[in-house]
Amino acid sequence: MTLRADVAIVGAGVVGTAIARTLAGYALDCVLVDAAGDVGTGTSKANTAILHTGFDAKPGSLESRLLTRGSALLREYAAAAGIPVERTGALLVAWTPEQVAALPGIAENARRNGYTAVRPCAAAELYAREPGLGPGVLGGLEIPDESIICPWTTPLAFATEAAGAGVRLVLGASVTGVVAAGDEYELSTSRGAVRARWVVNAAGLGSDIVDRMFGGDGFTIRPRRGELIVFDKLARTLLRCILLPVPTARTKGVLVAPTVYGNVLLGPTAQDVADRSDTATTAEGLGSLTAAGRRILPGLAGEEVTATYAGLRAATEHSDYVISVDGRRRYACVAGIRSTGLSASLGIAEHVVGLLGEAGLPLRARPDGLPRLPSMPYIGEAGRRPYQDAERIAADPAYGQIVCHCERVTRGEIRDALASPVPPADLGGLRRRTRAMNGRCQGFFCAATVSRLFAAGGASAVRQVLGEARRR
Amino acid sequence: MNVDVVVIGAGPAGLSAAAELRRLGVGSVLVADREAEAGGIPRHSWHTGYGLRDRHRIMTGPAYARALCDAAVAAGVSLRLGTTVTSMSGGEATLVSGRGVETVHAGAVLLATGCRERPRAARLIPGDRPAGVMTTGELQQRVYLGGERIPGRALVVGAEHVSFSAAVTLAHAGARVVALVTEQERQQSYAAFRAGAALRWRVPVWTSTAVRRVAGRRVAGCDRLAGVSVADVRTGAERFVPCDTVVFSGDWIPDHELARLAGLAMDPGTLGPAVDTTLETSEAGVFAAGNLVHAAETADIAALSGRHAARHIVAALRAGPSRAGSGPGRAGSGPAGAGRVPVRAEAPLRWISPNAIGVAACQPAASPPLGRFVLRSGEFRRLARLEVRQGGRVVARSRPVRLIPGRPAHLGAGWLSLVDPAGGPVCVSAVGV
Repeated sequence: MTLRADVAIVGAGVVGTAIARTLAGYALDCVLVDAAGDVGTGTSKANTAILHTGFDAKPGSLESRLLTRGSALLREYAAAAGIPVERTGALLVAWTPEQVAALPGIAENARRNGYTAVRPCAAAELYAREPGLGPGVLGGLEIPDESIICPWTTPLAFATEAAGAGVRLVLGASVTGVVAAGDEYELSTSRGAVRARWVVNAAGLGSDIVDRMFGGDGFTIRPRRGELIVFDKLARTLLRCILLPVPTARTKGVLVAPTVYGNVLLGPTAQDVADRSDTATTAEGLGSLTAAGRRILPGLAGEEVTATYAGLRAATEHSDYVISVDGRRRYACVAGIRSTGLSASLGIAEHVVGLLGEAGLPLRARPDGLPRLPSMPYIGEAGRRPYQDAERIAADPAYGQIVCHCERVTRGEIRDALASPVPPADLGGLRRRTRAMNGRCQGFFCAATVSRLFAAGGASAVRQVLGEARRR
Repeated sequence: MNVDVVVIGAGPAGLSAAAELRRLGVGSVLVADREAEAGGIPRHSWHTGYGLRDRHRIMTGPAYARALCDAAVAAGVSLRLGTTVTSMSGGEATLVSGRGVETVHAGAVLLATGCRERPRAARLIPGDRPAGVMTTGELQQRVYLGGERIPGRALVVGAEHVSFSAAVTLAHAGARVVALVTEQERQQSYAAFRAGAALRWRVPVWTSTAVRRVAGRRVAGCDRLAGVSVADVRTGAERFVPCDTVVFSGDWIPDHELARLAGLAMDPGTLGPAVDTTLETSEAGVFAAGNLVHAAETADIAALSGRHAARHIVAALRAGPSRAGSGPGRAGSGPAGAGRVPVRAEAPLRWISPNAIGVAACQPAASPPLGRFVLRSGEFRRLARLEVRQGGRVVARSRPVRLIPGRPAHLGAGWLSLVDPAGGPVCVSAVGV
């Protein structure tokens, strides 16, 4: 079967889904294609889950501009769509005289990026605000608008909005080749052909491969792996805000941050790897993180680890985003988004769609108006969860039946996720939508039950994702 | 709702305590458990050996769980299943269930929330994150409650009782158990148990062996386990063991979230709430029993610990609010302050339970459950004496005992009257014979 569309977006990560929901605001027929069976399964699902202000970006770069814009857009969008965000603020902490000497430059850099709220902090103030900090803090900076966000709900919200507006999701479809056919491209995928007049390459870790199919050879993805450790919720009281290190030329360094789920995150490492799928953690990586954690926040040493994971940043040989739109070829490349894609996603989407319009993609208003914002199930800790909501339980007892005890996920939420417009394809997808099995017991108490619920309700959901994509 | 006692957790400790409370004449006892069925871990542990010391007969886990549950219900206990206690403060507990959100006020609270095994992530084992990696708890629920088959080759990490139990479960579910691996120099279960497993299922135990890495592979779009790298801890030599399932067994940690969130003083050894010999926590009127205070003893020991707590809860309720610091939330200084001498385990001992001696009430300290303290060692010692010291003074020394990691050692309580209430912490260590 061949699908036809005006625009095919390759890659359903946070960038691809953001572009899809932005294009869905116009009278266009779009297809969103991804090799994985779910949205947001690459770099988008395994990162530090921080909504950056962009204070430390390179002034004048495209990344800086889109990060500043995207960050503001996402804050607004998240509040409207039910994406968990907490404005915890960040403290950038200097531990050596060299790092102290770098602080004024970092503050000046932030000003040049248009972010003026950075403020110097003396060591005494840092200890007063974060009593858990280890000994040896010499000074720092406060970045009051750095926030934490749910990286799973974000691409899911974009995809849900896009799907609601008629964008067809073709998941589990790996793009294997492309041929020009008249004024269309025909993408061959592992699940059949997709024909589209325009193609947007937002394939993340595979974006250079897709780019070569379109004759490009301007960049190569050089995956940089970041390992992270998630500590038990009982560690959450050890800190109030994001604790940033002084960045080096190579990496932003190891940070300690709260998560919107109430845990504490430590990481990431930065290691170049050859394999684009190598998201394995290493003894060295976890060892270096625990050592760093002990220095930054000694209390972490006494707390249990809930999870460890690794993500791959889609870095290239270029220091900036690799974004180009070619009207003649009707092709857009959105690559090299590295580690700021989540924060910048809506800025990138706005920018790319603007370029597409200038390049000749007709951006006409939809006759039925703008798509409705999705209302996502809230899985953060700052707001009210279903198990805390007496009225909701009274209306539907399933919201009082806790299945995953560590994360307090109810039968009702699992049922809702399985019946949602973009349902999970596997247990990992269910975890990202509900937090089920993500807690300290890692399934000791609930995995058997959650697996049974998924098998009972999920089979139809999987068919829906992997089955024939519906025409609008 | 008002009750005399609320018990949190319907495992062996909670159910036994509740039945005992009723037997001793307590009017209203409410037991809340978050699972849909009462019984705790024994529900999904199908091997025999349960009930020896508390019910004086031997039965399988599910039969034992049913017997405890029936006894509690027959004694007039109100069981609230599918009900999660989301917070607890003083004598007030918040219960969440399909019925809604309720607040229960109680004259006394017993925490009996049990324990769990440390999962792979908590043990910081690096590598991929494929399916097929689980704890014994998950394995047994999948197999015995869910009827799942576990095909292919399986490896069990650990060589204590529960590890052999995992091997038996795997064999029942159709898996071929390649081996049990332990970093210790020898296995830590009973010789008979190990010999039985070795004979019947031909399961070898690889000692001095550590799991270093988990490797996955893509099968039809799913991440499945390919195998694990294991290393000889003496030589460092590594090799790859292909397998489809790996079970992380043992390495118990109490399910202590409620206790910590309630602000109870915690014991650095057991990681459960610090309890005195009456099993009262640092907050008056709040007690803790079972594997929350000694993770993990066998179910019958947990049950007897529950009964022990019940007797002291009754005494506390009878003494009424006039008891110094009695009743949850009415503690004032509480028994944790001036009234308690901490008991600490020193290396190679990892923990001791109970871990405090109540000395407030101008009367001899109560005897601990079964008249003895229970300890865990981190190392093997063929023969050692347990030495009790306070300050520089040796208070008592035990008969020679054998120390095995993961297995209980016991210390009699005859020395309690020799402890100086103002003499500072009591330390227990292992010394040569």
